[in-house]
Amino acid sequence: MRLEKRPAISPLALTLAPIGAIAFTLLVSSLLVLWAGAPVAPTWAALVKGGFGSLFAWTETLTRATPLILTGLAAAVAFRARLFNIGAEGQLYAGALAAVAVGGLHGGTGFDLPSALLLPLMFLAAALAGALLLLGPALLKARLGVDEVVTTLLLNFIVLLAVSALLDGPMKDPGAMGWPQSVALQQGLELSKLVQGTRVHSGLLLACGLAVLLWAVFKYTVFGFDLRALGANPRAAAFAGVPPLRTLAGVAIVSGGLAGLAGAIEVAGRTGYVTLDMSPGYGYSGIVIAMLAGLHPLALLAAAVFVAGVLVGADSMSRVIGVPTYIADVIVSASLIAVLVATLLAQYRLRWR
Amino acid sequence: MQALLELLANQALWIAVLRIATPLIFGTLGVLLCERAGVLNLGIEGIMVAGAFTGWLAVYAGWPLWAGVAVAAGTGAVFGALHAFLTVGLALSQHVSGIGITLLATSLSSYAYRVSFPKVNTPPTVKPFAPMEGLGIPILSAQTPLTLLALLLVPVVAWLLYRTPAGLALRMVGENPQAAESQGVSVLAARSGAVIAGSALMGVAGAFLTLSAFDAFFFNMVNGRGWICVALVVFASWRPGKALAGALLFAFFDALQLRLQQSGAAVLPYQVYLMLPYALSILALVLVARRAAYPQALMKPYRKGER
Repeated sequence: MRLEKRPAISPLALTLAPIGAIAFTLLVSSLLVLWAGAPVAPTWAALVKGGFGSLFAWTETLTRATPLILTGLAAAVAFRARLFNIGAEGQLYAGALAAVAVGGLHGGTGFDLPSALLLPLMFLAAALAGALLLLGPALLKARLGVDEVVTTLLLNFIVLLAVSALLDGPMKDPGAMGWPQSVALQQGLELSKLVQGTRVHSGLLLACGLAVLLWAVFKYTVFGFDLRALGANPRAAAFAGVPPLRTLAGVAIVSGGLAGLAGAIEVAGRTGYVTLDMSPGYGYSGIVIAMLAGLHPLALLAAAVFVAGVLVGADSMSRVIGVPTYIADVIVSASLIAVLVATLLAQYRLRWR
Repeated sequence: MQALLELLANQALWIAVLRIATPLIFGTLGVLLCERAGVLNLGIEGIMVAGAFTGWLAVYAGWPLWAGVAVAAGTGAVFGALHAFLTVGLALSQHVSGIGITLLATSLSSYAYRVSFPKVNTPPTVKPFAPMEGLGIPILSAQTPLTLLALLLVPVVAWLLYRTPAGLALRMVGENPQAAESQGVSVLAARSGAVIAGSALMGVAGAFLTLSAFDAFFFNMVNGRGWICVALVVFASWRPGKALAGALLFAFFDALQLRLQQSGAAVLPYQVYLMLPYALSILALVLVARRAAYPQALMKPYRKGER
């Protein structure tokens, strides 16, 4: 088996490859639906209807997409520079915790500052917490060559245990009747709702704005060029005058900061406090979304909505038809692999001898 | 000090050490085989989940325990073949493929579990491996045959790597695939073989959890053990003997923290003790970072005729 570069790579094939890959994934997942003893067409129809079939479905999907956009951007910016940040999950929780530390009530009235000042401070603290959490592994990688994948992964476990300890102790809400739940956010710090009576909040606009900003940074700034160069070939980049350590640290701050922000936005937009199950793996799904989008910030918006829709749709499908919700995770992870293969096959021909 | 000495003299501690080390030994040897051939396998976390599930399911369906272990190894091999196809055949990013396989294997296992047992609240159990009491060796007699297998595998893997032509080919494609190819070694075959065999061991590591350490399948039972194996291989500088030592040392600290937690001498919140294994893994990576002798071609895809 060997690969042969196609003489001409058709942009149409490159665009259609992800769509074909997802269609292929759904076809294969149909076997899993059959195995569960459910009819295929109604199951998919229920999933699509649950994720995209009504105004309510759309608001739920966009609510779910909001943290995914941010963790997806966190993965995209890091992966572009070949800093494999798999720690977005921990960074998200660190950000959420920093958010309630700044904007929480702490059993009294909290910080006596106007909301207009406290809200940006809260987001800043969250971004800083996420950034610091990734800066360590990034510096270890740059200075000592410690593989950042393993360190960021292991940090996820450490952060979650630290959150658990804090929710049992100093950060515990005394009014939560024994539930491990953090102190609540002060009034006036909640993000406004975009559609009254639903959960979709203005954090979505912030996430989309950051995606556009990041796209512009990638396209038009020296930093965007530097991180791409660093990702393509670190040695050549250093030779061309890209400061490797500074660029890597910058990437870590942006990436970890985005993931930390995702935690603050979840707290301010949706939950109002931190719990141990506030993220059903947003950090890990962000990686998949970034890869599905080919690390492109604008394509990432579509990928995040797709993944969020599948997750939300599977919840509602499961209630109606009874196929386990885990089918959503199978679809998302299988899509990742299928899209990778399809994109490669659009560029290379496979020879079997 | 007195209390610590008493603790160290306690046989139960050493029994726990060997039990905790067993899945780490299987997993670390698995990662070692893959990485010696130049392929990072971050699929390990998911492959362990899948092995734990399928091995347990086979035994639950009435198959003998060893057949369950074989099924787990087979499951690992299938995911290993997928990883080999993606990373060796298609030269895709080893990081991304591995993470994709971890997510896929984990979600497939969860889905299959829910389809097989739609309405159970207490997980169904099987009769796990019994300790080898007839052996008559202290500490080892309290272990199940899988632990013995893990210990025996260490010299076997070392012998395979350093004393057989296949082992030489495996190490060559991990150091310099171009040179290996010019010597008539198929990089594709050698790397794929290593990844498939290594992944089979990861599957067995998972099966140990459901068929020996516990008797049921839980969703979060692997809980980062796979990632710890990846760290242990670096710590062991890709040598089987050191991998065993690393796994035992690691298990020792893990068992010690369990004891401390139980003995009431624990002054810190229990979460701090649970953090120790992960913190130790990071520490181990940092400590050996300077002199880590990575296989030269690790994570470098090899495309014939391309440089």
